[in-house]
Amino acid sequence: MQRRLPLFTALALALAATATPVAAQTFAITNAHLVTPGPVGEVPNGTVLVRDGRIAAAGANVAVPAGMRTIDAQGATVTPGLVAVNTALGLLEVNSVSGSVDNKTKNSGISASFDVQYGLNPDSTLIPIARLGGVTHAVVMPDYDDSDQERELPFAGKAALISLGEGTNILHRPGVGMMLELGEDGAARIGGSRAAEFVQLRQIFDLVRQPPRDEYPFELSQADVAALKPVLAGTMPLIVVVHRAADIQQVLKLARDYRLKIILSGAEEAWRVAGEIAAAKVPVLINPTSNIPSNFDMLGASLRNAAVLKAAGVEIAIGGNDAGHRVREMRYNAGLAVSRGLPYADGIEALTLAPARIFGVADQLGSIAPGKSADIVIWDGDPLEPLTQPTAIFIAGREQPLTSRATELGKRYAP
Amino acid sequence: MTRQTSDTTPRPNGRHIARAALLGTALALLAGCSAAASSARPAEAPPPPAEAAGPAPQPFASTYHPRPAADTAIVGASILTATGQKIDKGTILMAAGKIVAVGADVAVPAGVRVIDGTGKWVTPGIIDAHSHLGVFPAPGVQGHADGNENIDPYTAHVWAEHSIWPQDPVFTKARAGGVTSLLILPGSANLFGGRGVSVKNVPAVTVQQMKFPGAPYTLKMACGENPKGRYGSRGRAPATRMGEVAGFRRAWIDAAEYARKVDAYEKKRARGEGGEAPKRDLGLETLAGVLKGDILVQNHCYRADEMAVMLDVGHEFGYKTRAFHHAVEAYKIADLLVADDVCVATWATRWGFKMEAYDAIEENAAILSKAGVCVAIHSDEQRLIQRLNVESAVAIAAGRRAGIDIPQEEAIKWITINPAKIMGIADSTGSLEPGKMADVVLWSKNPFSVYAIAEKVFIDGALVLDTSDPATRYRSDFEIGQPVGEE
Repeated sequence: MQRRLPLFTALALALAATATPVAAQTFAITNAHLVTPGPVGEVPNGTVLVRDGRIAAAGANVAVPAGMRTIDAQGATVTPGLVAVNTALGLLEVNSVSGSVDNKTKNSGISASFDVQYGLNPDSTLIPIARLGGVTHAVVMPDYDDSDQERELPFAGKAALISLGEGTNILHRPGVGMMLELGEDGAARIGGSRAAEFVQLRQIFDLVRQPPRDEYPFELSQADVAALKPVLAGTMPLIVVVHRAADIQQVLKLARDYRLKIILSGAEEAWRVAGEIAAAKVPVLINPTSNIPSNFDMLGASLRNAAVLKAAGVEIAIGGNDAGHRVREMRYNAGLAVSRGLPYADGIEALTLAPARIFGVADQLGSIAPGKSADIVIWDGDPLEPLTQPTAIFIAGREQPLTSRATELGKRYAP
Repeated sequence: MTRQTSDTTPRPNGRHIARAALLGTALALLAGCSAAASSARPAEAPPPPAEAAGPAPQPFASTYHPRPAADTAIVGASILTATGQKIDKGTILMAAGKIVAVGADVAVPAGVRVIDGTGKWVTPGIIDAHSHLGVFPAPGVQGHADGNENIDPYTAHVWAEHSIWPQDPVFTKARAGGVTSLLILPGSANLFGGRGVSVKNVPAVTVQQMKFPGAPYTLKMACGENPKGRYGSRGRAPATRMGEVAGFRRAWIDAAEYARKVDAYEKKRARGEGGEAPKRDLGLETLAGVLKGDILVQNHCYRADEMAVMLDVGHEFGYKTRAFHHAVEAYKIADLLVADDVCVATWATRWGFKMEAYDAIEENAAILSKAGVCVAIHSDEQRLIQRLNVESAVAIAAGRRAGIDIPQEEAIKWITINPAKIMGIADSTGSLEPGKMADVVLWSKNPFSVYAIAEKVFIDGALVLDTSDPATRYRSDFEIGQPVGEE
């Protein structure tokens, strides 16, 4: 496919100030270079109709009803909003300020039952900053508090999907997955060996399937066991952070044995067992730039991970460079994967429809298609290029401000 | 979760070595090496007494030798020279390890290897003015954590080069990102972290084989949250920012006194008078080197107000800061930085990991560039060092968004000549000018594109990486026999 060079396109966003709130979510985008996964695909000169915050029609031959407010994209690239994975957006302000960090707990009675949906802060300054990278939704995941080295802590808790739309209830869907970290760091929380870790996990899964007890071993609370029920029922995916190829194979076996629905995350050595992952139909959340042999779990880390996985038929979603402040870099990470052999359309999909599918919301999010939420970004160039910026962002049809605390600071000192 | 070696993530605490024992070891090493090093010293340099203060010999001297290099011309490429020029369909001619000519009309002599650069881009080798490769290497295990002598806030006596592990596999990955030279610094736990060292990014077994010939030493200093957090939490000074500044001032008073004593002894010696040489003090020797202007100050400092205070500390004691590092609030004091001719080494994307990084903005570099500050985009990180070009593109785009258009022929300076200036090596590398070291990158595309790949990397004219030749894909000893991934 043809990639557009970065061009600054001055968009005439003729937004009627007098429009009613509902009318504001009804409009057309014309002269758009549509780049979206799904049936609409790439359309050099397309139109998108948005009605009441949902996409009514999209494609090459879409007529704009008379009188509908129209935004002329002047040939600019138009994509679905990006769906970030592996984030702590809304749970984090400043990493070193513990009072502003809500993605982990020291509470020993709460591990699997930890639920990020209750800690969300819609006023976090990280949200507009991620949004300026074209991110309209994010999977928010719990992490581990390792300050108590004696604490046995296999599960970090429940993830949620949030909307980054201004002035909305940001919680989109709670309980989209259960977090479990394995490998070197995971094993350290269960006695220091992965050989112990898998034995203990199997015991825990067996306990969850049995009738309730008054007390549980392994520092599990009643709430934790209840939280694991949907995981064992196969209705809530288990998001497994894992790096080494051999560990990935063990996880695939564990998932087969207990009929778990799993999502791999991290997975730096996944390329070495790509065929097995594809055969198990297990999706993978990756950062394609994670190519440092940081420990003995990921000596095989490679910039080619994304391309090899996709070529083997594995569904991949591409994340940013940390859980919060650097989520906006996810599009460059997809670009880097493309530079190392990932097909361009797959790079776009790994930021949009793939994460939506992996977390069960592809009927609403992730592509420009009739019936879906009007989460749309207009760009002044190729969205995977760092020289490109969004020129308009819509979430559920609502236009978002192109400002953040950081842009306001810049304006103050360089007016 | 993934651990990175950077300012943003805490590093594993190394086992504490008693300071006295460490000093003893360092002195013993020095004594043991001075004889061996003397052969590399110019014959006319008088050997000073080994234990006396004063002009030191050159211990740990560079043994870097350029690789054999074929005379080479790259023709038909877009060339960003880092002198403010962009040459379309240009030619760069390299011979005997040096740049001979750069321009649109350069005659290529017979017998020279010619590389077709049509559709490709040429830049100077990328330079990172803030790296911890080798001192915080991969794998990032405790046995490798050698970048912070964090048992005392005053460790001007330690040298990063004594920690560098040349087998760090990330050197190779940085080379694949076009990095030809880098400044390796101690960490930022201490007020005075120790000496940094400039290296050429070549495969090597010893650090001496990497040391950039003739590069000046640098001194790492750190203000703000790291030192006060490290020591205040242990019930000792500095516990506050005011405690840090008091600590700096006290150290410079000691350094000035030491420098006076050494100078007085040297003058006496020059007059042929006797007298006992002052005992060498490695830490004060480094600080005295700063006061003499021989050693360049690299000051880790985030906030605008702190940088302004540190500039005044420099004024009070008569030293100059070569660069503020990280400096995420430098955009608030561009005028002060211009007035004092201080460079800035910063990021575009990193922010918010601690309070002093909360006001970081992507357009920092663009604002500073427009104001005339010498600004560099640095990495401080293992992944980012592989794509300083992409990080620079983020800063360009943010500048445009804010109405500041920094042309690419200017922005390329952020990762070439400006870091070279910060490191004191701008006379020999960092731009494409005749007579300079042939440190050159041939990119597959415009280097500010995320899709650009450094296809050919030359160091002193030698082709040290060629993506079309797997034989040039160096594996460090650590990677031998391991299931390592491509790139």
